[in-house]
Amino acid sequence: MLDDFLTRALLAGIGLALVTGPAGCFVVWRRLAYFGETIAHSALLGVAFAILLEVHLVIGIFASASAIVLVMFFLERRDTLPVDTLLGLLAHGGLALGLVVLAFIPSVRFNLHGLLFGDILAVSRMDLAIVWGGGGVALGVLWWAWRPLLAATVNVDLARVAGLRPERARLVFGLLMAAIIAVAIKIVGVLLIVALLVIPAATVRRFSSSPERMAAGAVVAGVVSVAGGLFASAEFDTPSGPSIVVAALALFVVTRIRRPRPARGGR
Amino acid sequence: MTTDVPQSTRSAPLVRARDLGVRRAGRWIVRHVDLKVSRGELVFLIGANGAGKSTCVKAALGLIDIDEGTVERAPALEIGYVPQRLAVSPTLPLSVRRLMKLTGRFPAREVDAALAAVGLERLGDPPVTTLSGGELQRLLLARALIHRPDLLVLDEPGQGVDVAGSEVLHELVEGIRRDLGCGVLLISHDLELAMKAGDDFLVLVPHEHDDPTSAGGAQPGAGSSGGHDAGLFHH
Repeated sequence: MLDDFLTRALLAGIGLALVTGPAGCFVVWRRLAYFGETIAHSALLGVAFAILLEVHLVIGIFASASAIVLVMFFLERRDTLPVDTLLGLLAHGGLALGLVVLAFIPSVRFNLHGLLFGDILAVSRMDLAIVWGGGGVALGVLWWAWRPLLAATVNVDLARVAGLRPERARLVFGLLMAAIIAVAIKIVGVLLIVALLVIPAATVRRFSSSPERMAAGAVVAGVVSVAGGLFASAEFDTPSGPSIVVAALALFVVTRIRRPRPARGGR
Repeated sequence: MTTDVPQSTRSAPLVRARDLGVRRAGRWIVRHVDLKVSRGELVFLIGANGAGKSTCVKAALGLIDIDEGTVERAPALEIGYVPQRLAVSPTLPLSVRRLMKLTGRFPAREVDAALAAVGLERLGDPPVTTLSGGELQRLLLARALIHRPDLLVLDEPGQGVDVAGSEVLHELVEGIRRDLGCGVLLISHDLELAMKAGDDFLVLVPHEHDDPTSAGGAQPGAGSSGGHDAGLFHH
């Protein structure tokens, strides 16, 4: 069964959606979409280093993405620049630097298009093992950090008084984003990964009565998007990564058509 | 810094700050503050906006680093913190009962009891974003209460609440202090109430003339920064 490339693609996409569901909820709650973009854009720098140092692509991207997360944490405390300026600097600086460094490696054949938009139909057994192995670890970390992260999202001081160490949880989540993006590059690519984090969570918000249900709902919406996008991609011969994102977007639009009844008080 | 103070000792303070000073970006936000709250005591911290009341309390609770002075807290001190406001993002589905369990696991009957203690037993389980200012304040009080705190800290609980709501809140706090025997530190700008109801109060006065040369000085307690003292009056 794993011999079929479409089956492998589907399994990889589902494995990814299991993690991007709950992680994407935090991206939406904490307004970290641009933070995610920054990590994803800088991934090209990781690709360049992975090729230069001859290590696995995922390891190279995770290393560079983690470095970006740490730099961001440091600068956020030290610097007087506003956060979005800082992120813009790092995102596009990282992307440009990655492209320039890659230009110096002419002997290596590599698929830039695949890095930018994903190449899910070329997912190997090894890639599948990385997605499910890494995804399992990421879910474990999220499970462990859920309470501190959620408390810090609601109110940092409440979390701190309760001894939940919100700073540490924030750093752990940053590194988790780095790991998710490193694993996801192959599937949806640098430019589309944030869509897979944000759109499913945004889709299920209005149907969710608790943070945990929203996370579970985002997983379902993500899996549906992956499956729908992949089948459409096979059917209409469209690129897989963008097809998945279009499917997610379609799901979002469809669930918006009927207005929900207003909540109590309407405020 | 935490020293070992046996909790059974009634007179031992729950928290004691001496000559507290917090400096940010070269400027003293609070300085030379002495603060003490003991079990069963209601202490008011009074001051105008920008006097550094919240900073002072956060420093005393160990939420932020201090640049001068010492802070001692009783060992294993359980703090119930009621923040000034709670800005829950509209993207986060958070109900009343889920908020009660935000920083700890509690069985449903404890949640019920805490909600009943602040008069919210008939509220049900609506999203937190639909509550009125007064309901939210009482909910935050219940959330702090469920941890059975030794020290209850409220940051301007009257803000965004009408006078009647403010009085109800104050009576609730008094009741909690009686029932739990906890110490209460209350940030407020109501000097009249503080003089009437408080066991002790202190007033923070922001100094207006910041002297950049002495503000940048790294020497704690150098005494060169005349205008920097947060004026302090105990009664």
